[in-house]
Amino acid sequence: MIKVSGLTKDYGARRAIQNLSFDAQQGEIVGFLGPNGAGKTTTMRILTGYMPPTDGEAIVAGYDVVEESLEVRKRVGYLPETVPLYTDMAVFDYLKFMGELRHIPNVDDRVDEVLDMVGLIDRANGYIGNLSKGMRQRVGLAQALLHRPEVLILDEPTIGLDPGQVVEVRELIREIGKERTVLLSTHLLHEAQNICDRVLIINKGKIVAEDTTENLQARLIGAERVIVRVRGEADELADAIKSVKGVRGVETKEDGAVEFEFASGKDLRPEVAKQVIKSGYDLLELRPLGMSLEEIFLELTGSDAKKK
Amino acid sequence: MRNIWTIAKREYDNYFNSPLAYVVAFAILLPLGIYFALILWVSAEQSFMGGGAPEATPINWLFVFLMIFLSPALTMRALSDEARMGTLELMLTAPVRDFELVAGKWLGAMLFVLSLALITLVYPIILNNFVTPSIDWMVILSSYIGLILVVSALLAIGVGVSAIFTNQFAAFFTTLGLFFFLWFMISLPASYLQESGEILNYLSLSNHFSQSMNIGTINLGDIAYYLSLTVLGLFVGTTAIEIRRWR
Repeated sequence: MIKVSGLTKDYGARRAIQNLSFDAQQGEIVGFLGPNGAGKTTTMRILTGYMPPTDGEAIVAGYDVVEESLEVRKRVGYLPETVPLYTDMAVFDYLKFMGELRHIPNVDDRVDEVLDMVGLIDRANGYIGNLSKGMRQRVGLAQALLHRPEVLILDEPTIGLDPGQVVEVRELIREIGKERTVLLSTHLLHEAQNICDRVLIINKGKIVAEDTTENLQARLIGAERVIVRVRGEADELADAIKSVKGVRGVETKEDGAVEFEFASGKDLRPEVAKQVIKSGYDLLELRPLGMSLEEIFLELTGSDAKKK
Repeated sequence: MRNIWTIAKREYDNYFNSPLAYVVAFAILLPLGIYFALILWVSAEQSFMGGGAPEATPINWLFVFLMIFLSPALTMRALSDEARMGTLELMLTAPVRDFELVAGKWLGAMLFVLSLALITLVYPIILNNFVTPSIDWMVILSSYIGLILVVSALLAIGVGVSAIFTNQFAAFFTTLGLFFFLWFMISLPASYLQESGEILNYLSLSNHFSQSMNIGTINLGDIAYYLSLTVLGLFVGTTAIEIRRWR
């Protein structure tokens, strides 16, 4: 449904995105993950027909975004990052206007339907200017869903929502993602982990990783790291653990805990546990230190946050 | 075409949400009313001394004259404000052609001014009651056709300029300056130049109306002049939007 190859965009001398290639299938929720200024919004703006790329090609819902921009725009629902809305219009009137531009039949009924979906039916006659940030976000989402688009492109869809609404909106996106293609950007890693089937990590205009969230973790770690804690002094604990075959990277921490790792897939925890007990220690803790998506992200993007 | 109408309708409704539109309506209708009262009063005085019948067309001239100063206020926000508020992104990602967006904005402003023009129809109707056998309706018709054409050109240029800017005041003063130049200045040097002066006279915004359609003469040259300006304004607007995409 979305097929991007070699996409490049320059703003004057600055290259915003460089040679991006990826695709997204129907019924798939793809997360676009990256720090601010990585090129997420630029890519989305190209895919929605807002602006043409400098180079490369993008096919959305079967049409070229440059050559057949209008056909693409008919089939795409878009929630821009800043959620631009006509603040001097009532919610219902605004959605009806956008619906008329998309030639939706029985537009009044459909507007009621989407207002119900995003939980704003009781604010239908209120002015958009009087709505809170979270409500505006939902008006924007309603606008994106209005014409039952084949492809949904959402730029930071849950930003500004309170926790309850975040859960609702994620639920809604997951529901929509079953039949349609959803491309959403976020800088919240757990959100990507939570709703996306696949994640594209983008930094400085380039894709640095692309995989399912599970695979990303596994691929980057390559080995699983475990921490062991025992009661009392543990002077020879490290030696005891080292004696187990397959264990590597043994390291004693300042507080006496010992960390070790083993190759992914070969779980050596039972053997280590036996060895620790055999050596006469009281085992308190034996816990895997899974690398979070957060760490993967920092690892891949080499962000400044890591250095701190 | 349907999209142009949808956008025009929203734009028209939107005028009634803004105090500015009421101010513009007031600033046009009040001077027109006073002027009409003066015309009635003066011709009533003169009729005892054998003066001619009062005419309604000077009112349309004043309408057009006021539009030179007030129409930039109606169009200044048309597209500049969409760019400033970010709503342009909505319009440019909706299945709407850039031209349809610009034309819709123009048509919305057009409908608003036409509503005002409709109100001014009461003046010739009142006047008709005082004149026997009747006033010359064909001149009135010609005058209104002229008025619509001038307004069409002014609003198209205004919308076109508005598409260039993100700041509404930049759009306002640019449009006003342009109109001021085309209405007052351009034909000034014409009397000093011989042949080439004719071209300047032709380009003048006022001549095609004041000395032509407003006194009952309709000729194709005048109509073509205003229609070309309208097309030019809409073309500039569409191009400016396209450039925004590529920027």
